[in-house]
Amino acid sequence: MPDAWPLYQVIGPEANHPDRVKPEIAVKIFNDMVLLRTFDEKTINLQRQGRVGTFPPSLGQEAAEIGSAWALEPEDWMAPSYRDHGALYVHGVPFSHVVLFAMGKGSSIDGVARVLPSSIPISSHLPHAVGLAMAAERLNQAHIAIAYFGDGGTSEGDFHEALNFAGVFRAPVIFFCQNNGWAISVPVSQQTATPTLVQKASAYGVFGARVDGNDALACYQVVQEARARALAGDGPTLIEALTYRIGPHTTADDPARYRPLEELEQWTGAKDPIVRLQEYLEGLGILAPGEALRIRQDATVFVNQAVDDALNSAPVEIHSMFEHVYQTIPRGLALQREELERIHGAMAGKGGLHG
Amino acid sequence: MAEMNAVTAINQTLSELMAEDARVVLLGEDVGKNGGVFRVTEGLWNRFGARRVVDTPLAESAIVGSAIGMAIGGLRPIAEIQFMGFLYPALNQIFSHMGRIGQRSSGKFRVPLVVRIPYGGGIRAPEQHADSAEAMLVHTPGIKVVVPSTPYDAKGLLYAAVEDPDPVIFLEPIKLYRLGRMEVPQGRVNVPIGPARVARSGDDVSVITWGAMNHLAMEVAEDLARTAGISVEIIDLRTLKPMDTETIAESVQKTGRAIVLHEAPRTAGLGGEVVASIQEDAFWWLKTPVRRVTAADVPYPPFAWEDWYMPTKERLAGAIREALAD
Repeated sequence: MPDAWPLYQVIGPEANHPDRVKPEIAVKIFNDMVLLRTFDEKTINLQRQGRVGTFPPSLGQEAAEIGSAWALEPEDWMAPSYRDHGALYVHGVPFSHVVLFAMGKGSSIDGVARVLPSSIPISSHLPHAVGLAMAAERLNQAHIAIAYFGDGGTSEGDFHEALNFAGVFRAPVIFFCQNNGWAISVPVSQQTATPTLVQKASAYGVFGARVDGNDALACYQVVQEARARALAGDGPTLIEALTYRIGPHTTADDPARYRPLEELEQWTGAKDPIVRLQEYLEGLGILAPGEALRIRQDATVFVNQAVDDALNSAPVEIHSMFEHVYQTIPRGLALQREELERIHGAMAGKGGLHG
Repeated sequence: MAEMNAVTAINQTLSELMAEDARVVLLGEDVGKNGGVFRVTEGLWNRFGARRVVDTPLAESAIVGSAIGMAIGGLRPIAEIQFMGFLYPALNQIFSHMGRIGQRSSGKFRVPLVVRIPYGGGIRAPEQHADSAEAMLVHTPGIKVVVPSTPYDAKGLLYAAVEDPDPVIFLEPIKLYRLGRMEVPQGRVNVPIGPARVARSGDDVSVITWGAMNHLAMEVAEDLARTAGISVEIIDLRTLKPMDTETIAESVQKTGRAIVLHEAPRTAGLGGEVVASIQEDAFWWLKTPVRRVTAADVPYPPFAWEDWYMPTKERLAGAIREALAD
């Protein structure tokens, strides 16, 4: 019996789809994956030094993060979860803002990017992506929305409500699920009794695709295809990207408590998404010998600069906490702001309580 | 000018807003072909089509959640939750997202969303169709909450809510839907979000209330004026958040006595917040403790008990007489 949900692969001996990625895009994808890895390692160290707060690294998920986001256009809407700074970066959010967010200094989004604030309550942003897609479609705008979430997110009611809505309204939306094996300490086998996550697409009458989440080019192509389907009016796609969370859930937990080391070892080395793409591109001559090393060195410089930008940022001020809650601050709220500024304003001028 | 009830006033307003602005869309359960269970959206599906008057699957979280996305994406969605008792699956969207997007995006995104919710009791409805859960909404930062108690205010506040750049919960007292008609003009009616309404002027005691309880207060005030010469002032808050504490204080400073009246359960009800504001702004003018007339702290009972659960004229009149006797 043929597998109802074959794993979409471009790189490797079991590749079942031709490589349709332009070489220059493939190099950019590799570059951004290295940046993301470098950034995560740097930020984990910052957390250990006490310079930023809790941080959720995406070690091991670089292909899924970067490959998928490279398939988007700037006008597309992105609704991320908290572990999606790689996708955010590709979509226009600087890493310095991710550090600021980890420093507790505000929004992780900035600039012209069409990116919602990272959603913390699991899967609660999936309906937002559906609404953004429905709005684009009703306003005759030729762009789509994509929501990022994980395997644990498929257990939440909002996942099911969002897929059901999207199916009924044929909304131009992509649900990009990174199945990284673990939701903090609970394995995917305890999230669902189904052998795959992608098969839930059938229940909602939406297209489903299962992709090798450590194959960056496959992730790129599968999102590109889903995007084209959405824009053609053929509705939403649920993508399950099979990958692995090499690191902890966040810097606040230790996977050794709940996860066998042997499992981790299966996903590092040859299965590492950066190693795979590098070997593949070098094999094709798209990456010249020594180029990967140069990319890694440049990444360190770039990431250090982004981190310094954030670490050197001005202290926060009291009024910013109030500033954007409403477009026009109501009288009672202005009085609360004035009270805080009266009592703590001098302290804020010297760097504040948390300067 | 035509006389109309609240259902007609809201329906007419929705129709005008949709005709005026193609970005306005309605979504909810049975709002389309059926015109809503209370007929508030009657005729709009025929006039504006299924793409703008959207019958949704039964999924309150997705109704509010997708409406948040629509609002960020450039539409002016008006979502309907069929009854307040069915709002609770959507509370995660309201608590976690609706009022936070502005701050969490450093003001880059606003959420110009209106959520209409028929609410309140006193109509012999089936169980869990009569809740009055406004306090937990008012407690939520970043949103606004309004409750019209007249057809005119319903129209004006709905215009204001749809034009507001921030999310507004628009509570519709079910008991008032067809109770009382008044003249409501065609076209725009100006009732800003914020200011309370002095529904009745008086000198002896202030009754602060909202929604359907406003009508109960008016009846009691007329009775007491006629039978006992007591002059009751009634403040209809109209906007619960941000609350017009200035009008409350002004009234209580004048009368020196205050009673807060609401149909929600007492403990941590919005009445407590009103009492606190009176204590802060009018303490030295008080001649007697502030009293609360509310529902009991029990789940809304089956309707055979409803007349005891909801505040009654007798209880409000008793509280007023006690305040004056102190």
